[in-house]
Amino acid sequence: MAITAEAQFHVLAVDDSLIDRKLIERLLRTSSYQVTTVDSGSKALEFLGLQDDDDDEDSSDSSPSEIEVNLVITDYCMPGMTGYDLLKRIKETSSLKDIPVVIMSSENVPSRINMCLEEGAEEFFLKPVQMSDLERIRPHIMRRKPADPEEEEQGEDQPQPSQTPPVLPLQQQITNDNTAMAMAPDSSSSSSKRKAMDEGLSPERRRPRCTVTA
Amino acid sequence: MAAATLKDQLSGLVNSMFAEGLLDDQFTQLQMLQDANNPGFIAEVITLFCEDAERLLKELTTLLDQVAVDYHKVDAYVHQLKGSSSSVGAQHIKHGCIRFRQFCEENSKEGCVHALNLVKHEYYRLKTKFETMVQLEQRIQAYEGQQQQ
Repeated sequence: MAITAEAQFHVLAVDDSLIDRKLIERLLRTSSYQVTTVDSGSKALEFLGLQDDDDDEDSSDSSPSEIEVNLVITDYCMPGMTGYDLLKRIKETSSLKDIPVVIMSSENVPSRINMCLEEGAEEFFLKPVQMSDLERIRPHIMRRKPADPEEEEQGEDQPQPSQTPPVLPLQQQITNDNTAMAMAPDSSSSSSKRKAMDEGLSPERRRPRCTVTA
Repeated sequence: MAAATLKDQLSGLVNSMFAEGLLDDQFTQLQMLQDANNPGFIAEVITLFCEDAERLLKELTTLLDQVAVDYHKVDAYVHQLKGSSSSVGAQHIKHGCIRFRQFCEENSKEGCVHALNLVKHEYYRLKTKFETMVQLEQRIQAYEGQQQQ
């Protein structure tokens, strides 16, 4: 069912709720990802190899973690550093900025969603996260994972040998189409927005309430 | 008692909880995540939920006992309880928390106390059934463990 290569993808999940950590861990493991869970943004930065202060922002290789993280999925509302703060830190750090980040939130606040997407989040999931949501993260991981520099130059997830003949235009087109679908931010973000907004039945939508104001 | 009978009991219990609205579709999602490799997942999650809920209800009771209520703190705890109840599919509790937060927003002590009592009532109703569920799950696992020997 799962391709062997997927077992090598490592996801860092960040959530202050123990129950939600258990849930996201199980969801990710069921999808054949390796998972590390942490309960705060600062621990996430530690795991990614950063110190949680401003001094090391420009330092690109300050004790990088030996484990390569292929995607970060984080809760939005967390005490101390919010998921948005964590997203910003990751995107501001040269050694980490290419790691795709997904935000989860129990609250459907369009301004919050837009803010995160504009800051570079790949997806915004409304909690509780379900298996169907996880299918949306795979293209982001596949697109960004440079297994080695040669593959990165060739393009995305093409399992073709180095001596790729410049033919097979149809196959190339199919691959490009898949890539285009994965990379089209409008369709993916609007669908995640749509999911978020459809489920926004509660009046809480008007209140961007959180334990920490963003 | 054979594992099949236990399983019937368990599915009967779960179905009745769905029918009463105690559980919503999120619980179905949890069931999908439990399999032969992770037989204890549901029991683990609902046990964690109950521990977490009782801690939060205790905190909320203390906060609402104060003369001057800190509604930000109350709201923060209700937010947590809403989140965890939503994650396990505890529908009535989730809805109770949504109403509770509205009273927080209005800074209504009377409303909050009333909402807290409703949530507590729903929680204890659910807890009894969750405990039965965990016992059945564990007995089923024990049988299936024996059968593999």
